[in-house]
Amino acid sequence: MENLIALLVAAPLLGAAVLLCGGRRLDKTGHWLGTLLAAVSFGIGAVLFADMLGKGAEDRALHQKLFSWIPVEGFQADVAFQLDQLSMTFVLLISGVGTLIHLYSVGYMEHDERRRRFFGYLNLFLAAMLLLVLADNYLLLYVGWEGVGLASYLLIGFWQHKPSAATAAKKAFLVNRVGDMGLSIAIMLMFTTFGTFAFGPVLSSVGETSEGTLTAIGLMLLLAACGKSAQVPLQSWLGDAMEGPTPVSALIHAATMVTAGVYLIVRSGAIFNASPDAQLVVAIVGAVTLLFGAIVGCAKDDIKKALAGSTMSQIGYMVLAAGLGPIGYAFAIMHLVTHGFFKAGLFLGAGSVMHAMNDEVDMRKYGGLRRYMPVTFATFGLGYLAIIGFPGLSGFWSKDKIIEAAFAKGGTEGWILGGVALLGAAITAFYMTRVMLMTFFGEKRWQPAPDADTAPSAEPAAEHRAGELPHPHESPKTMTIPMIVLAFGSVFAGGLFSLNESFVKWLEPVTSFEHGHPPIGAAAVTGATVVALIAGVGIAYAMYGRRPVPVVAPRGSVLTRAARRDLLQDDFNHVVLVRGGEHLTRSLVYVDHSLVDGVVNGTAASVGGLSGRLRKLQNGYARSYAVSMFGGTAVLIAATLLMRGV
Amino acid sequence: MNPVNYLYLAALLFTIGAAGVLIRRNAIVLFMCVELMLNACNLAFVTFSRMHGNLDGQIIAFFTMVVAAAEVVVGLAIIVSLFRTRHSASVDDASLMKL
Repeated sequence: MENLIALLVAAPLLGAAVLLCGGRRLDKTGHWLGTLLAAVSFGIGAVLFADMLGKGAEDRALHQKLFSWIPVEGFQADVAFQLDQLSMTFVLLISGVGTLIHLYSVGYMEHDERRRRFFGYLNLFLAAMLLLVLADNYLLLYVGWEGVGLASYLLIGFWQHKPSAATAAKKAFLVNRVGDMGLSIAIMLMFTTFGTFAFGPVLSSVGETSEGTLTAIGLMLLLAACGKSAQVPLQSWLGDAMEGPTPVSALIHAATMVTAGVYLIVRSGAIFNASPDAQLVVAIVGAVTLLFGAIVGCAKDDIKKALAGSTMSQIGYMVLAAGLGPIGYAFAIMHLVTHGFFKAGLFLGAGSVMHAMNDEVDMRKYGGLRRYMPVTFATFGLGYLAIIGFPGLSGFWSKDKIIEAAFAKGGTEGWILGGVALLGAAITAFYMTRVMLMTFFGEKRWQPAPDADTAPSAEPAAEHRAGELPHPHESPKTMTIPMIVLAFGSVFAGGLFSLNESFVKWLEPVTSFEHGHPPIGAAAVTGATVVALIAGVGIAYAMYGRRPVPVVAPRGSVLTRAARRDLLQDDFNHVVLVRGGEHLTRSLVYVDHSLVDGVVNGTAASVGGLSGRLRKLQNGYARSYAVSMFGGTAVLIAATLLMRGV
Repeated sequence: MNPVNYLYLAALLFTIGAAGVLIRRNAIVLFMCVELMLNACNLAFVTFSRMHGNLDGQIIAFFTMVVAAAEVVVGLAIIVSLFRTRHSASVDDASLMKL
């Protein structure tokens, strides 16, 4: 069975190689090949899962060493895989959602000339992401980590002819580099502390290490997680990443890649458990981001950007849960999986709506679509109910548990974190209801398509003619089937996982688990969550359901305007980092010019001056040379005589 | 006669020659002064040869004469060609070899 693990990664990698090197002859069939290989990966994952279920909880972890990567004395790096319950969960999520999104892309990217390349990149992403979660050491994980960063860059900038997409790709890559620095520093620290990078030895020898070192490693890992998972302060790239094709937003920037940070924190749980400071910082980062993302999501009119804010916020929940220690790890992963279902479903629904509406992304120009796109409406609606935590649906089970665990952390921190999580739930309900109402309900606010020449069309499926009103229609089967499957996940996954606490028990051998006891009782927390949910939905209905939605966005309050600009994150980065960097370079240039160049030029000038004076000795008069010769001889003779006398 | 007196004579001649080299401008006179210094050296060599009772000093005096003769040939040729181009035998006029 172990030997199958490498195939999980190899199948999509093969797909990427064939599709990217195969040339134009694969244009007609390439997308099916890519989808097939993703499905193969999922099939192998399912076989391994069935096999794993058949074993006892203790011997479920599989291990496969492929080869020695860097066999140097004192520095052993292996290409080796580890498949335990945590990795298994991710493998099924990644390959499962990945396959569905491949299928969706077949329809979505139908009119794109570079569809083969798109599928090649998607396969590359799958391979890198599977490598990330299957690696048995941090160094190999880093390879996958960079691989998904590369795939993300390529896919955000897939429509590279649009300057905005090219810039967004570059921005995502650069911001991710900051996080990657954190991961590489953490790996170096681990190597100097433990002498190895393998998960097993590192995590089991945590007890013998000083807390300061562990806090440093933990904070560096958190920095890495912040970069990849778009957490404050490295969150600014995710909104712009929506420039990529919608399936990419669904797969990479909602369901899988952005959750890699959560995986990293949960996988390194032992380090955080031993360092309460680092753990508290993780929880605070999660809490801040969950509010940040939610507020941004409330103000965006671009449907994808509103969903991006929501993704940021939901990952904030996961990071918060991961920062709670053993009472939260399992729920972080559970929310990650349910979020993978409903957020991917929501993005695919958004893509389907855009497909129908001439690639319009402004929700103010939607309205009343529920009659025209029943399947999209139903699946999007189920995803919506799941994300706001409607009782009984997936999001409810996972989010409620996180809020409960946050309260259970205890002390003032517990109250603050729990309160923030509860407030976040209300805001989630608000902005998702807003998206729902603006898109599918109310009167039609459709606008004629912009002139194709003046407005560069984003999506490739632009079959519309300029100046005409859109004709919304349901999307083809390849697009609706994945949406339906994901909607099933959104509805049932959470309940299935919570049945008998099966998910928690499944993960327990890897992440360890303790029951958290909130000070006010679990039932009260659930009640409060439901109240928050109703409040959020009610306010949104009062603002967007009962009143008509203006086509042009009103000016709004200070907070709204700030939230439309992503809560001034770019302005902050510009003022603090860009300006700061400019000032730093300017002062360094000044020092270079005045101090370093000063010393060099001063030396040259003094040597020059001295030689100018010495030059006067060489006046061309033979007799003066003779004088110096005689003088020198006289001096030499005198010196010789004197020396002899002594 | 005491051979040391010859050494005094040689020193005197050498000093006269050296002073001439430093003071006079005419290249011919300067040249003669150089010859004077060389001959003062020869006199000193021969005197030492006599004092020490071996022939080394005398042999070196012959060498010096040969070198001086060769030097005169070359030096006079230079001075003559210099005089032809500049119509002057002053060494201070030939002061172009400087920066």
